[in-house]
Amino acid sequence: MSVEINQSSNQQPTTINQDRIPLKLSGLEPLVVTPESNFINVGERTNVTGSRKFLRLIKEEKYDEALDIARNQVEGGAQIIDINMDEGMLDGVYAMTKFLNLIAAEPDIARVPVMVDSSKWEIIEAGLKVIQGKGVVNSISLKEGEELFIHHAKTIKRYGAAVIVMAFDEVGQADTYERRIEICKRSYDILVNKVKFAPQDIIFDPNIFPVATGMEEHRRNAIDFFLATKWIRENLPHAHISGGVSNVSFSFRGNNTVREAMHAAFLYHAIQHGMTMGIVNPEMIEVYDQVDKELMEYVEDVLLDRRDDATERLLDYAESVKGNVKVNEKQAQEWRNGTVQERLTHSLVKGLDEFIEVDVEEARLASVKPIHVIEQHLMNGMNVVGDLFGSGKMFLPQVVKSARVMKKAVAYLLPYIEEEKDETSSSAGKVLMATVKGDVHDIGKNIVSVVLACNNFEIIDLGVMVPPEKIIETAQKENVDIIGLSGLITPSLDEMVYLAKELDRLNINIPVMIGGATTSRAHTAVKIAPEYKDTVVHVNDASRAVTVASNLLQPETKTSYTSNIREEYDKLREGYLNRSRSKSFLKIEDARANKFPMNWETYEAPKPNFIGTKKIEVALSELVNYIDWTPFFQSWELHGKYPAILEDEVVGEQATSLFADAQKMLQQIIDEKWFTASGIVGIFKANQVNDDDILISDEEGNELETFLTLRQQSQKTKGAPNIALADFILPRETQKQDYMGCFCVTTGFGVDEKAKSFEEQLDDYNSILVKALADRFAEAFAEYLHERVRKEIWGYAAQEELSNTELIKEAYSGIRPAPGYPACPDHLEKPTIWKLLNVEEEIGVTLTESMAMWPAASVSGYYFANPESRYFGLGKIKKDQVEDYAKRRGISVEKAEKWLAPNISE
Amino acid sequence: MTKIEEELQKRILVLDGAMGTMLQRFKFEEEDFRGERFKDFPHPLKGNNDLLSITQPEAVKSVHAEYYAAGADIVETNTFSGTTIGMADYHMEDLVYELNYQSAKLAKEVAEEFTAKEPNKPRFVAGSIGPTNRTASMSPDVNDPGYRAVTFDDLRIAYKQQVEALMDGGADLLLVETIFDTLNAKAALFAIEEVKEDRNIEIPVMVSGTITDASGRTLSGQTVEAFLISMSHIPLLSIGFNCALGADQLQPYLKRLAQNTNSMISAHPNAGLPNAFGEYDQTPEEMQQLIRSYLQENLINIIGGCCGTTPDHIKLIAEVASEFKPRLVANS
Repeated sequence: MSVEINQSSNQQPTTINQDRIPLKLSGLEPLVVTPESNFINVGERTNVTGSRKFLRLIKEEKYDEALDIARNQVEGGAQIIDINMDEGMLDGVYAMTKFLNLIAAEPDIARVPVMVDSSKWEIIEAGLKVIQGKGVVNSISLKEGEELFIHHAKTIKRYGAAVIVMAFDEVGQADTYERRIEICKRSYDILVNKVKFAPQDIIFDPNIFPVATGMEEHRRNAIDFFLATKWIRENLPHAHISGGVSNVSFSFRGNNTVREAMHAAFLYHAIQHGMTMGIVNPEMIEVYDQVDKELMEYVEDVLLDRRDDATERLLDYAESVKGNVKVNEKQAQEWRNGTVQERLTHSLVKGLDEFIEVDVEEARLASVKPIHVIEQHLMNGMNVVGDLFGSGKMFLPQVVKSARVMKKAVAYLLPYIEEEKDETSSSAGKVLMATVKGDVHDIGKNIVSVVLACNNFEIIDLGVMVPPEKIIETAQKENVDIIGLSGLITPSLDEMVYLAKELDRLNINIPVMIGGATTSRAHTAVKIAPEYKDTVVHVNDASRAVTVASNLLQPETKTSYTSNIREEYDKLREGYLNRSRSKSFLKIEDARANKFPMNWETYEAPKPNFIGTKKIEVALSELVNYIDWTPFFQSWELHGKYPAILEDEVVGEQATSLFADAQKMLQQIIDEKWFTASGIVGIFKANQVNDDDILISDEEGNELETFLTLRQQSQKTKGAPNIALADFILPRETQKQDYMGCFCVTTGFGVDEKAKSFEEQLDDYNSILVKALADRFAEAFAEYLHERVRKEIWGYAAQEELSNTELIKEAYSGIRPAPGYPACPDHLEKPTIWKLLNVEEEIGVTLTESMAMWPAASVSGYYFANPESRYFGLGKIKKDQVEDYAKRRGISVEKAEKWLAPNISE
Repeated sequence: MTKIEEELQKRILVLDGAMGTMLQRFKFEEEDFRGERFKDFPHPLKGNNDLLSITQPEAVKSVHAEYYAAGADIVETNTFSGTTIGMADYHMEDLVYELNYQSAKLAKEVAEEFTAKEPNKPRFVAGSIGPTNRTASMSPDVNDPGYRAVTFDDLRIAYKQQVEALMDGGADLLLVETIFDTLNAKAALFAIEEVKEDRNIEIPVMVSGTITDASGRTLSGQTVEAFLISMSHIPLLSIGFNCALGADQLQPYLKRLAQNTNSMISAHPNAGLPNAFGEYDQTPEEMQQLIRSYLQENLINIIGGCCGTTPDHIKLIAEVASEFKPRLVANS
């Protein structure tokens, strides 16, 4: 057979068929080989048979450096990387699995498809089990017969990979043009017809053998490869051609100039004939056009077998260029010329740790304190990472890598930071960090860990997907001070709730910090915090973590901080619960059927010492001990619990000074009798009627008024009641007598005059102060009166001994809810109280048309003595209850809707 | 050509919506999950939704019936976590076969009732094959990136058992869904191929990946195109995406999928993105509008809903789907 080789470099490949189905491969990104594609470069340096360095690294388990070789290949332009672990001393299955698993964690390598290269089937299969993309198997052949060939091909297909088929059969390796096409055709037919292998996924390797060996039978090695390639492309539809190019120059080992020229020329011609991919060291190939013309002529003479003396001429030329070692400086290292910040940022963004210690050391020497390298250089770099991630330009595995480089940098700095620290200082606290079960995201958690560690906290990082039992077990075993939970996906929210419940159930008292993209202050407050008796705090970013953790652990701030958080979250929750959401509601009848469960049969209402109404006068000085100062500071936008607020790091000084002024004015108010405290209280016979109403009677049983209460209507979790205040009063049908009280107190008369006189002296400060103090007195009066009611007037808790703090914490028995507040938001109840107690005439407090009390420093409310009674929020109610309420109240539905609007669900 | 393939030539088929969202409405407690049979089981069972196919079969059937009544052509079996790997959390590995068998059987019973009533609209049961809670190509340990909590063979064996039970129970097709790690899905496809070969039968397979965020990649880092290529080695009834995103966020990725494949395309997005409480707010009307845009762009052969979708959503999706012709698929 004689075939002309066309040498014109302008000639387009003739073998390309436009109808070819493209070969599609994938790593993290696709690789589609179409007729228009350029030659596909397969990186060959990650091959223990071809690279001594790689072999040594794998043997010594220096996988980090071995990965660098893979990375260099990809950065150098390899579009597929060939991985080969065939070496007698290696456990090939282990090495292949391990290395490919490590590559999967390196997105800049894993973006390209993998070629699993082995002569051992078990190593090939091990490789196929760990690549998520569509890779290539290198290789199978008919060498051991058709049966095994079919079995292998079928299995490869099932794993989802393309395959390289060597031109090799039971007889041996194809070394002529005819043998090449014979074996390839036979292989192709079996694969396509019997195995149903996709023809475009078949890649033939028709054997590249060395030329210029001096042996006669090797003269046609290159040209027969070219011609077989052409034949395959024309006769075996959609199949591709590959080969190990460096074989061809085997006889010129040590002479890179000649080898690179040979590779360039061989590839040029092979591509012209239809070779689509090949194993090429991108660092060992010259650009075809840049090869010396004389050398290229000698090389092509050899490859194309153009002259009998071609080999001798090339050998002579080779002698003359020997030793001319080309310096192959990697221009990829240009980034090393940047500033230290630029270099650190580059390493963090790229996830490279090769230079991180060098650069961190440089930054450390230039910084005042080693901690500054973390706070400035490294955090700057991580911010770039965060921005890129946020905008979708980096993705998760890359960011995880960045975090790892960050860790290495911090680990390097830690000894220096330790050295700087006061010898006696110990850890600021032990923090357990975990991404909850079912979630693999931990960037935020890691950043928080790093930042905390840099601030002297000891971190126990349990990693990702941590089951709740493990978190709890570790927290107890390690006796940690804080548990940090992180999550990015929404089911993690439920995990956090579950964990909070578990901690509570097990009576654990470790504060919990919540963070991660899916978490929020609102969710933490509404769903997580209520489940756990200890503190749960949401930390929205890493920069706040240190402050929060310190506040949680320092004995001076802990109490006020945690109670503040609790209070803040309670408010938030209340606000949330008052908003209508897409939750389900019960019909009012059904809600009534689910009322607060009281065992009325055994219940005996505490009989009051006194029934009727009674005016109360008290000296202001007696009220001072009942004052709750925390809301006083809040009214000045100073947040913190009294008395800890006086020592608060941020607002302490301001709070102390304000408190001193308040004490001074307080004394004046008492001494100079600026205000008077007057109140009225009534205790009546009462019975629940019609489920939600309370009928009030005098001592003789004459019906006086009816209190209307509103009932929770949202669908509760199983077992939880839908409460109305009326549930705490004995129903009339029990035939047993119950009682109920109400009250109004004021310390407001005289306040406006005082305030006005301060204003006239342009003293706004004292004007506000006097009003704030009047409010405190009114609240204190209500507290004082409630205590007297419990202990003396009603007398159901005569033995009670409570401290002021306990009073504020509402540790007493029975409640005094106020109309307009969460349990009974209906302001229209106030006129009923006014009528019952004759408030206006007795103490002069009036109601505005919007039912506000005047003077402002007044408090009114009910008394319930039932020990089961408790505060609750009404939440949203539905139209059916509003209509029913309007009927009971004797007003129009419109009017009812107006008054109850904030509580009506849309 | 199987029955479902014939139907797909004629019209857009409607897949059901969320099972979990619907089961939550029953507010089942620990004792409900346990039922009589597992009342003394030594581990907590609340949250094991798949188990409800055994302990609360009427509830599961009622959800299937609601979806069929809303217009779904295909419902998914209640088996999203039904592998030995998923059930290990509940110490119920031994129950995997029964769970899948019963789930498929329940769904099939409901399907047959509906098909009998409306023979011109045959109903199908897709055996739902979830991703499991472990990843074969990612390490759960930052400090040991080469570590794997699960291997291909672990997954393959677990999936094979699930597939066999689903087929025995009467599933008409299989749906490998919510694929966040392609290697897990490859193990599922491998197992399916094994079962097909062992039994010498064919069963249509739907594959549905999950794009996790704005990076446009799966959790394991693959682009849409790379995912498609990695799933193309066995014949599929359809390929598509579900979960993680709402219909609008998913649209660009469906378009990229459509540009790169001649396969049938499926989508079952979430009812929008979850709010701060992990709840889905998107109304059926809103979702219908977004799906209409898919159909106007000729992207869809099979459409349904994932997290947060209800029979109300599916009803409106079915309505709008009936106005359009299926995506044309070139014969290749």
